[in-house]
Amino acid sequence: MTESSALVAQEMAEAERPGPEPRGSALRRNARWLLLAAAVVFALWLPFGLYPAVAVEILCWALFAVAIDLLLGYVGLMSFGHAAFWGTSAYATGLVAIHWGLPFPLAVLCGALTATVLAVPIGYLAVKRTGIYFAMVTLAFAQMIYVVANKWSSLTGGENGLQSVPRAITDNFYFYYAALPIVFGGLFLAWRIVHSPFGRVLVAIRDNPSRARALGYAVHRYKLMAFMLSAFLAGLGGGLFAMGHRFVSLETLHWTTSGKAVIIVVLGGIGTLWGGPLGAAAIVRLEDWLSFSGFEQIGLVTGGIFVLTVLLFRRGVWGTLFKRR
Amino acid sequence: MTTPLALVARGLSRDFRGFRAVDAVDLEVAAGTVHALVGPNGAGKTTLFNLLTGFLAPTSGRIELAGRDVTGLPPEAVARLGVARSFQITSLFGQLTSGEHVELALQAAQGGGWRFWRSDKLLHRHRPRARELLAMVGLGELEQSKADSLSYGRKRALELALALALDPQVLLLDEPTAGMGMEDVERTIELIGRVREGRTVVMVEHNMSVVGALADRVTVLQAGRVLAEGSYEQVRADEAVITAYLGSGSHAAH
Repeated sequence: MTESSALVAQEMAEAERPGPEPRGSALRRNARWLLLAAAVVFALWLPFGLYPAVAVEILCWALFAVAIDLLLGYVGLMSFGHAAFWGTSAYATGLVAIHWGLPFPLAVLCGALTATVLAVPIGYLAVKRTGIYFAMVTLAFAQMIYVVANKWSSLTGGENGLQSVPRAITDNFYFYYAALPIVFGGLFLAWRIVHSPFGRVLVAIRDNPSRARALGYAVHRYKLMAFMLSAFLAGLGGGLFAMGHRFVSLETLHWTTSGKAVIIVVLGGIGTLWGGPLGAAAIVRLEDWLSFSGFEQIGLVTGGIFVLTVLLFRRGVWGTLFKRR
Repeated sequence: MTTPLALVARGLSRDFRGFRAVDAVDLEVAAGTVHALVGPNGAGKTTLFNLLTGFLAPTSGRIELAGRDVTGLPPEAVARLGVARSFQITSLFGQLTSGEHVELALQAAQGGGWRFWRSDKLLHRHRPRARELLAMVGLGELEQSKADSLSYGRKRALELALALALDPQVLLLDEPTAGMGMEDVERTIELIGRVREGRTVVMVEHNMSVVGALADRVTVLQAGRVLAEGSYEQVRADEAVITAYLGSGSHAAH
């Protein structure tokens, strides 16, 4: 225990040290491409190494976590109600697949767009607050949507959920590869946003909102846009989740779902983008393993990991291992 | 009066929980002039700045920018109408470099901040102008330095470069020389003297040599009210101002 924490401390110290800039940057660029290639290979291999259903689940949570990270890491807004977008998209995806028979990529897109539209009123009200108040407003809205979904059982199936969502690719192994392009698309979108003129404004707003306003940036509107983009990404994940399970439950809207996404991001590393997929792979795999071994208090373990991450290496796995500040 | 007015405040007041920080202030800033706001700490100078730039809403009163009522507009709207400000407490984006700061300010003025689907390399089109501005404030060598790593005086200079990047009609400077050494003060005086061409400058300043060197007109505030107004020489000779600054004890010295 003491040995590992000493190791972590050493890693943090090393990461903190500013690197030699000019010669290191070409090396780092190459390293980045290598990492990307390794990640793609890993993603292609995943359903061979895991149950394909678990692999699909990792994809969904990776998108959800990146959506959270976009807000938390790059705008400084901690949403504790993103299950609203994940779950709403899951229901919308399921419904259009059931009632209109839309093929799965279109159904997922419909779900994600529904989540984006939902983000307009919620975001409009939430972005006027920061910190804990922002988290509470998003949580409150998510709880309202949970209650509505529970009561409106003619549409959502209430506590029974949406049963038997149709899917042309029934085998999970092949479905994984069908879902992968959507996930890569979503991850690319997140990367593009972060490294865009818009992303630069977001970082400025995160670091100093007053200064950004004095320059003429309409801070609330930028935050709202980021919130909508984040909801779209969470919606992509939620829609895939619905198609992956061929079933949508109320749990997709529950606050514990929001909490799990936050845990994944914190574990993976806030403000890194890579942290989302990494944390998703770790947490989903771990939960699967725990439930397979018949361990019932899964929350105890993930909660414990969360606490340890916050206490020992606050920059998460990715931030601690790779990121220089 | 034939000179057009760039910035006008009429009966401007602001309360904080019963405390009146700015009390019925009337201010007329003629276009193209340098107008200094002076006064002891707590006189309401920075609050007045925050009112003029939309960071605070007035409890009562009215603000006009080139004849247009801007009372109650949010700061970003005021900025887009051509008012740039610097902050008394240096206020930058810690993780961005000097160059990125100025690029961001130039983008704010020219638009394009919404493009989340484009590469941030697009910001580099502002680079030539950003370099000019950085050179102008004496930061030419420090384009790649993160704001957090700059010395205090250089942060102040970057503040000024950010405000100038907006190419504002009205430039509001909150203590531009605060905490600077003599050499930097000289350079800042010279710089403000240069950038005031074609602009209106309103500045809060404690350093009387700066006020004397630059200000066409001086307004003295005390306890939220206008105590005196006039040229630097007039204000300096004003009986009420002398009393306020030196205390009533100065009469005994006469």
